[in-house]
Amino acid sequence: MVSFKKPNLDSFQERIHIATLFVTFCFLLLVTRLVWLQLISHSKYALLAESNRIALVPAPANRGLIIDRNGIVIGRNYSALTLDVNAEEVKGNVDQLINELSEIIDISPRDRRNFKRSLEDSRNMGTIPLRSMLNEAETARFMANRYRFPGVEIRARNFREYPYNELASHLVGYIGRVSQRDKERMQAEIENSKTDDPDALQASFLPGIQYVGKIGLEQSYETVLRGVPGYDQVEITAGGKPIRTLSSSPSVPGKNIVLSVDVKLQYLVEQLYGNFRGAFVAIEPETGDVLAFVSKPNFNPNDFVEGIDSVTWKELNDSPQKPLYNRPLKGIYPPGSTYKPFMALAALENKKRTPSQTISDPGYFDFGNHTFRDDKKGGHGIVDMQKSIVESCDTYYYMLARDMGVNMMHDFMKPFGFGQITGIDLEGEARGVLPSTDWKKNTFKKPEQQKWYEGETISLGIGQGYNSFTILQLAHAMANLANNGVVMKPHLVKAIEDPFTRNRVLTTPKESYRIDLSSENIDVIKKAMVEVNISGTSAAAFRGAGYVAGGKTGTAQVFSLNSKDYKHGATAEFLRDHALYIAFAPADKPTIVIAMVVENAGFGAQYAAPIARKALDYYIEGKWPREVPEWKRAP
Amino acid sequence: MEKSPIKKFQPLFFSFFSGFDRHLGLILLGLAAVGFFTFLSASQNTPVQIADELRNLALSFAVMWLVSRIPPKWLEISAVWIYGLGVALLVAVAAFGLIKKGARRWLNIGIVIQPSEIMKIAMPLMLAWYFQKREGIQKAWDYAVAGIILAIPVFLIARQPDLGTALLVFAAGLYVIILAGLPWRWILPFVGVGMIGILLIIIFGSTICAHDVAWPFVHNYQKHRICTLLDPSSDPLGKGFHTIQSMIAIGSGGFFGKGWFQGTQAHLEFIPEKHTDFVFAVFSEEFGLLGNLILIGLFFALIKRGLTISASAPNLFTRLLGAAVTLIFFTYAFVNIGMVSGLLPVVGVPLPFISYGGTALVTLGFGAGILMSIHRHRRLVQS
Repeated sequence: MVSFKKPNLDSFQERIHIATLFVTFCFLLLVTRLVWLQLISHSKYALLAESNRIALVPAPANRGLIIDRNGIVIGRNYSALTLDVNAEEVKGNVDQLINELSEIIDISPRDRRNFKRSLEDSRNMGTIPLRSMLNEAETARFMANRYRFPGVEIRARNFREYPYNELASHLVGYIGRVSQRDKERMQAEIENSKTDDPDALQASFLPGIQYVGKIGLEQSYETVLRGVPGYDQVEITAGGKPIRTLSSSPSVPGKNIVLSVDVKLQYLVEQLYGNFRGAFVAIEPETGDVLAFVSKPNFNPNDFVEGIDSVTWKELNDSPQKPLYNRPLKGIYPPGSTYKPFMALAALENKKRTPSQTISDPGYFDFGNHTFRDDKKGGHGIVDMQKSIVESCDTYYYMLARDMGVNMMHDFMKPFGFGQITGIDLEGEARGVLPSTDWKKNTFKKPEQQKWYEGETISLGIGQGYNSFTILQLAHAMANLANNGVVMKPHLVKAIEDPFTRNRVLTTPKESYRIDLSSENIDVIKKAMVEVNISGTSAAAFRGAGYVAGGKTGTAQVFSLNSKDYKHGATAEFLRDHALYIAFAPADKPTIVIAMVVENAGFGAQYAAPIARKALDYYIEGKWPREVPEWKRAP
Repeated sequence: MEKSPIKKFQPLFFSFFSGFDRHLGLILLGLAAVGFFTFLSASQNTPVQIADELRNLALSFAVMWLVSRIPPKWLEISAVWIYGLGVALLVAVAAFGLIKKGARRWLNIGIVIQPSEIMKIAMPLMLAWYFQKREGIQKAWDYAVAGIILAIPVFLIARQPDLGTALLVFAAGLYVIILAGLPWRWILPFVGVGMIGILLIIIFGSTICAHDVAWPFVHNYQKHRICTLLDPSSDPLGKGFHTIQSMIAIGSGGFFGKGWFQGTQAHLEFIPEKHTDFVFAVFSEEFGLLGNLILIGLFFALIKRGLTISASAPNLFTRLLGAAVTLIFFTYAFVNIGMVSGLLPVVGVPLPFISYGGTALVTLGFGAGILMSIHRHRRLVQS
């Protein structure tokens, strides 16, 4: 054995010491790191671990019901079976899974597309519906084959349903799956509710919402109807597999909305329109309650709830009848002769005419180089104010318009709501046009277009020219007149109802403002309008009525609604005049006013007034016309 | 008074365990206990694996006992042969090894073995043998030869590619060379360059980790690992996920830990390889900083004891071998904890005596056995 040299051992000992120091240093490094992680950053990592293991599974809230003023439910929910797929179980072979499932259950390409989209959005969390509304046979077939599809299950889900299908479709609207645009809007909602208002809680649940109101009341009352979704706090694995539920936050069901609309009246009017297109709005003048809000033709909102199929969509969208167009809200029409009572009132209030002051009507009115013709050849002879309304004398109003000028007319008509947003509780209301010299200046670009020509004033008197209003505005104006100048904001929803207690909170039965009118002047106009139904243009329609109603017919030349489209398919029918009619009844204390248009029907007296008569007969006297099928409550 | 049966068997019992260094034995028993309890939680009680783990532990201690009885002289004699065999197997792997996950690391000789594992012991054995041979007449040339002995297997392993093991084998050899007396003037420049390199990587990490920057001599996935270490959040769902999740596990453990079997990160499967390479995250989450201090204390004690044994070893071979084996233990522990706590890149290194896995346990038992053998034979050789 070689004895080792002293220096060699010393050098080795020295290196062992250095190694010990090195090891100590390294371990101290580790300890520092662990102290950093486990003491200093502990709370941060504890939070991360917590959020790691907990996922929130939304439990959708029951959507509020839509109930008419008499308690008839026209928007409700029902439970149906859905084929749900656990997202965690399908990584990769989605198509194969769907192919195998489609051997026993009918799965459309649209189901497939929707499912894949949801799967991408879900980040492998929770279950995703693949097919909804399974029938019994499909359910049975699936249950028999269940073992082949781990992670696929049948579940009951709530669906929205409109039991009367087309009825009131434009005002009820429909719900649909949340789109990218809806999400952006919700995001804005979340950001706006950072303050401590009560909606803040609701906003925090928005990401879990799957369906949202798209149009109509479903859209405008979305926040009331949808409630607050609940959440289950679920402990999950890294793969997203739920282990156990830690806590549940129950959903708060949405509130019911109680409509001011009388659905039976709505139904009746929709039936009376038959195949005619048009718009019909009935309002209770004292409250602003909208009693009927008809847009014909209409559509079946049920088709939209789970996403509309392309064939139906194409049909609806391409139809020249424009069934998706909300006519009372968005369609703008010249009011025609229905404008005359308002013109007459303007004349009285502005002291441009007295009731007894007469004109002589030769059947035309010359202004500058232009001759404005009256409907009646040879003219109406000597015409006072009442006669001008009862017989609908154009010449009287040509002259009146000339005497008043465009701005006086504008200033008088504006508070009645002509050419103004009424503020009804639906989105997308059209403003229409109530012309004035300022309006023209602001609307047109070229200087020669901006100038107001006197000749343009004349036809305004008979509700033509630039005048174009929605039927809602016309009804609103009629209500304001019937209500002696007290303006009530029109609304479709009169109360919000708690789904449990049934307590109702009234929404907006408030007076907006009051138009300063003399009651004598109003009486003159109302009397004249009553006479219209007795001896005037709509006398035939109102013969034998058990109540006194005032009205005014109108016939408007087609020019506004979708005029561009109509040029292409220029059939004779589409060029015919629109028939208009406004009414109030009973005359002494009106409970209902009506404004309506029957598109391309011809004379207002012939096509519009009879519908109004039947609607009033029902609303005031409860008489149901024989030709219309009985109202049946939905099962 | 007649001798009790226990007393009668006592000498036999002691002679049976006479090879065992009591300190080392207790430390290793402590580590094994920690490992086993952590394993119970990490494995979620699959009976087969528990039986497996118990068998592996028993095997490890059996190997330790066996090796502790082998005189170091025998190891010295067989060093060249073991090294030669190891290199031959590595060449065989390169020629006709099995390919798994894109790496050629395994050899099928009836059972599938991984020859690079052998190198972890063979390398310090061989170098210790070499320096023993050249004792007292060391020249610069000797370090060059040692470098070649070191470089051949490291190169072969790195080519497989298995950078982690290559680095460990390289480290094992390097320890021997440095301890054998490699002049400081040769070491320090490398230490300096290394430190500067690490600093540069930390400072310019984001630049050199840019997607289109290719690194010389390094596979793309290796670059990715280092870059992920620098900024785990750069790839939160991919490679960075493991590091982030194990850091969350450790951090959320706090001082006292969440308690045995209470680790949510571990039990909800957020921790990868949770009973093998990442077992420390499980332990750390459930036993907290307190547990970690004890565990690191045990490792420190193990290394201190190993170095003490080496310092008092009789000849250069045993001194070098003992110190190298001890420092391998250290390297494993440091690299593993460093990697799991997000301090070092993720390389497949087990935590000694804690991680599940038969091969590692047997290798470690072998190493511990060597230390015990050195301690046991210290006087025998000298006398």
